[in-house]
Amino acid sequence: MENNLNIFVKSIFVDNMIFAYFLGMCSYLAVSKNVKTSMGLGLAVIFVLGVTLPANYLLENYVLKAGALSWISPNFATLDLSYLSFILFIAVIAAIVQLVEMIIEKFSPALYASLGIFLPLIAVNCAIMGGSLFMQQRAFHNIGEASSYALGSGVGWLLAIIGLAAIREKMEYSNVPKPLRGLGIAFIVVGLMGIAFLAFSGLKI
Amino acid sequence: MKLLNTKSKGVLLGPLNKNNPITVQVLGICSALAVTAKLEPSLVMGISVIVIMALSNVIISLLRNTIPNRIRIIVQLVVIASLVTIVSEFLKAFAYDVSAQLSVYIGLIITNCILMGRLEAFAMSNRPWESLLDGVGNGIGYAWILVAVGFFRELLGSGSLLGIQIIPEALYEFGYVNNGLMMMPPMALILVACIIWVQRAKNKDLQEEQH
Repeated sequence: MENNLNIFVKSIFVDNMIFAYFLGMCSYLAVSKNVKTSMGLGLAVIFVLGVTLPANYLLENYVLKAGALSWISPNFATLDLSYLSFILFIAVIAAIVQLVEMIIEKFSPALYASLGIFLPLIAVNCAIMGGSLFMQQRAFHNIGEASSYALGSGVGWLLAIIGLAAIREKMEYSNVPKPLRGLGIAFIVVGLMGIAFLAFSGLKI
Repeated sequence: MKLLNTKSKGVLLGPLNKNNPITVQVLGICSALAVTAKLEPSLVMGISVIVIMALSNVIISLLRNTIPNRIRIIVQLVVIASLVTIVSEFLKAFAYDVSAQLSVYIGLIITNCILMGRLEAFAMSNRPWESLLDGVGNGIGYAWILVAVGFFRELLGSGSLLGIQIIPEALYEFGYVNNGLMMMPPMALILVACIIWVQRAKNKDLQEEQH
């Protein structure tokens, strides 16, 4: 339990998806113009990460990893399918996003109206794919750890996008040099926020 | 017969400046920033993206009339993912150190919006030759930003280029210190912002209105 909490907190503050690894930057910069839509996208990211990462964890450990197929028959113990992981991960993500979209549309039209436009965007959000690839690299011990990593990364992403959106809303009233307006100043703000987040490095519970 | 007419030339050279994928179209920023702490991985990443962009653009452009519209995203993803797998296995076999440094970011070329963006916007509606040029052009436009950022981060952050010491020892004896902050992730953002600043100061039409 303590270990899970540690992974959760670490993935929010220390290994923040945006500030430490730049994952999901494209939609991060494009959507962060106001706090409300950022909130929607952030929640959608938490949700999709929370579903796809454990699914890919199971796939990795019971199908793809070297010797992972030995639960079917001992003959497969030497099989290593990890070169298929890119294709299978992205297929799982695309399929789950599609599925989630259909389920939400059916059962909660209100949620669909607020999240709907973001869901297709998320299938190609690098934060989701990146989460799965980092999961593969870090070799978590069990699905609980993988899930806490997924939720922590999602919350970290939400935190980052809301922070940026709030700053950009205020920045509309300031006089930015012309060539920096829009994209340029957004980059600098994210950079400064990243430097602030460096203060968390080494945090442990 | 000229090899390139005016339109093809625009397709090839536009992305280098006025239509740059990173600083103007805002595509593919994730990997651009993460791998640029050193010059070598930036170069390798840039070349990988050029190769994958060019090939996937050509393949999708050849298939464009046979892909049903509803499942085109999946088809595109499968083409990209196969190419990325090939490149990743190739790097593991021939340049293992760099492949280890790039870690997950080679895999993340799959979700690099540059690829999907160009496939959707260009390859789906143009002939293979133009698509090839568009792929190469955008790949180079992406790569030169990476190389520029990697160049400054390695030079100022560790005083070397491609692992070879550039800043002379004598300077360190006078008290010159490498700027450690350059090796930290946030500086990549600030350097890209500087490139955008210079570029937009030169090209007034790219400047955004205050909204």
